[in-house]
Amino acid sequence: MSNTTASRTNILARLREPQRPECGFDERDYLSRFDWDRAERVRRFTERMVAVRAEVHQATADTWLDVVKQVCAAKGLKNLLVSPETERGKQIHAQAEHFPALKTYDRPIEGWKEELFYGVDAAFTSTFGGIAETGTLILMPDAEEPRLMSLVPPVHIAVLEVDKLYTTFAEAVQEQGWVKTGMPSNALLVSGPSKSADIEQTLAYGVHGPKELVVILV
Amino acid sequence: MTSEFRLTVRENLAKAEVRANFYRAMDGLMTRRLDQFPDKVELERLRTQSMAIRANALSKLPELLEQLEANLTRNGIQVHWAETTDQANQIVLGIMQQHNAQSIIKGKSMVSEEMGLNHFLEALGIEALESDLGEFIIQLDHEAPSHIIMPAIHKNRVQIAKLFHEKFPDIPYTEDVDELTQLARRILRDKFYAAPVGLSGVNFMVAETGTLCLVENEGNGRMSTTAPPVHIAVTGIEKVVESLSDVPPLLSILTRSATGQPITTYVNMISSPRKPGEKDGPEEVHLVLLDNGRSNIYSDPELLATLRCIRCGACINHCPVYVRIGGHSYGTVYPGPIGSILEPQKAGLDVHGELTQASTLCGACSEVCPVRIPIPSILNRLRYDGVRKDAANTNTVGSGKRRTLSEAATWKTWAWAATHPALYHTGSKLATRFKGMLPTNLGAWTSVRTAPKLAESTLHERLKALGVDHE
Repeated sequence: MSNTTASRTNILARLREPQRPECGFDERDYLSRFDWDRAERVRRFTERMVAVRAEVHQATADTWLDVVKQVCAAKGLKNLLVSPETERGKQIHAQAEHFPALKTYDRPIEGWKEELFYGVDAAFTSTFGGIAETGTLILMPDAEEPRLMSLVPPVHIAVLEVDKLYTTFAEAVQEQGWVKTGMPSNALLVSGPSKSADIEQTLAYGVHGPKELVVILV
Repeated sequence: MTSEFRLTVRENLAKAEVRANFYRAMDGLMTRRLDQFPDKVELERLRTQSMAIRANALSKLPELLEQLEANLTRNGIQVHWAETTDQANQIVLGIMQQHNAQSIIKGKSMVSEEMGLNHFLEALGIEALESDLGEFIIQLDHEAPSHIIMPAIHKNRVQIAKLFHEKFPDIPYTEDVDELTQLARRILRDKFYAAPVGLSGVNFMVAETGTLCLVENEGNGRMSTTAPPVHIAVTGIEKVVESLSDVPPLLSILTRSATGQPITTYVNMISSPRKPGEKDGPEEVHLVLLDNGRSNIYSDPELLATLRCIRCGACINHCPVYVRIGGHSYGTVYPGPIGSILEPQKAGLDVHGELTQASTLCGACSEVCPVRIPIPSILNRLRYDGVRKDAANTNTVGSGKRRTLSEAATWKTWAWAATHPALYHTGSKLATRFKGMLPTNLGAWTSVRTAPKLAESTLHERLKALGVDHE
């Protein structure tokens, strides 16, 4: 593969050859043109999520745990993957007897890939934020809540604190200082359950990712 | 003048079922796009902004690529450069060999189609499996994509049901889209579970942060880039943007223009392989940057606009030629208006130059293009490059190769007559007087139309009769 160095030199040299026009822009104003208050942000977020067949539940600091219980019961989940280290994860684990069998992502994927791929019904995760305009969850997976949690199990249950619900993607990037803090290994925007329209443009859900997405707004 | 292209077009025009599939799909896509832009003024503002973002990135392309490479390398992503598709294939193969990988699972990537990666690997006995549902379907039928966003759009559900039943005879026949989708999910989940290497394309690369952005609905892209221990991303050198703040506006106009969605289900932003302590994600991430003629397009100030493309496919969805002849008629990786300007520039006007004629220049493509690529002007320019005598004065590959002596002589004669008034007047006068003797059979044109009729007298005569002084 040593010739890729030569390719690099050649490509960059060719790109440097032509006279290039100055093309900066004066107006890099991508920020929100909407003036939505908190209630409007919640309304828009919910409307968009429901439109793509996600479930949205309203809850409070006191009721969210019960909502998770009800969702697990209603779906007849046999087990639930939850981090034992996150704030909300600790609370779920503390009441383990009221939930389906709790599983933890306590070792690298290589150690339990088969179980994760074929034996986990649902995963519960926190979120990094949300976007009202498009009905979107922002996830920044880490060691506690790894990437595959929101992808492999057929049901994904996520809690979004309304305080972290931004109007637009551009606003979230700016307000949360994504550039300044540096990007994580993987940042995700999730706007509904996995879907495809590749057959006759007919929507089908649960292609490779979760068939169901449940959002609990706190 | 019956070329291979014309023969294929004729063949495909006769396929009533396929034409109906295209019509239904394109109608749906056009309507859904329109619904996403209720405010025309806002749409035009967004198009101008998106054009500026892409033009800005192109104006700094070599610097941004170096910055991107430095940031990706710092983040732990290995960057490879390929001048040709063959080099790109060799790079992918080399990485696979380092891991003794005998198979690869692929998320949707048009650049990998451009590379002919599947055929290249299969010839070496390596399995390359498509996991995007549409790509999976056409791979089963050994077909190429007919659309860059919806690769299996030329097939209807009955055709797909029959195909699945033929390839997986153990599974009961079904025409239910959900059941067909679940079948593909089960088959591909086993593949994702076992795949040693995953491959994907890239929608945007962010120079500022060293981030690869992938846009999709199914999760095949997330699976291919997360489950296997090695991830290889392949993309064209033009896909870079300067800053992270450039991504939200481009993303928004991309998904709305492409499929009429406010956003796709997943936007996957990858900035590094698995870090110490993390429990999943690939241990190695590679990026292959492919030139394949792009730097040559870059050298021409007019044709450069071609590289602004963000591959939304809106020009394809709105093209009256594409919807009739279908994606396979073009015989290229990228079909439709964008294909008609991109492919002749990459392969040369001598190879795909005829595609520049596969347009009525109606302008629907440039009207919907989210980055305002003037496709009709570029088509005209390429038509000119194809026949120009001073071929050395342009960098376009194969310029002058479409020039024929007979056509050149015809236009030369016409130009001579048109610049000699006496001759021109006599000629046009004679033509009106003897119009009855003009042929009514003008080949393909008159097979579905009546031949144009000349007037009783020439324009000059009629103006003179009206008392108009001609100078």
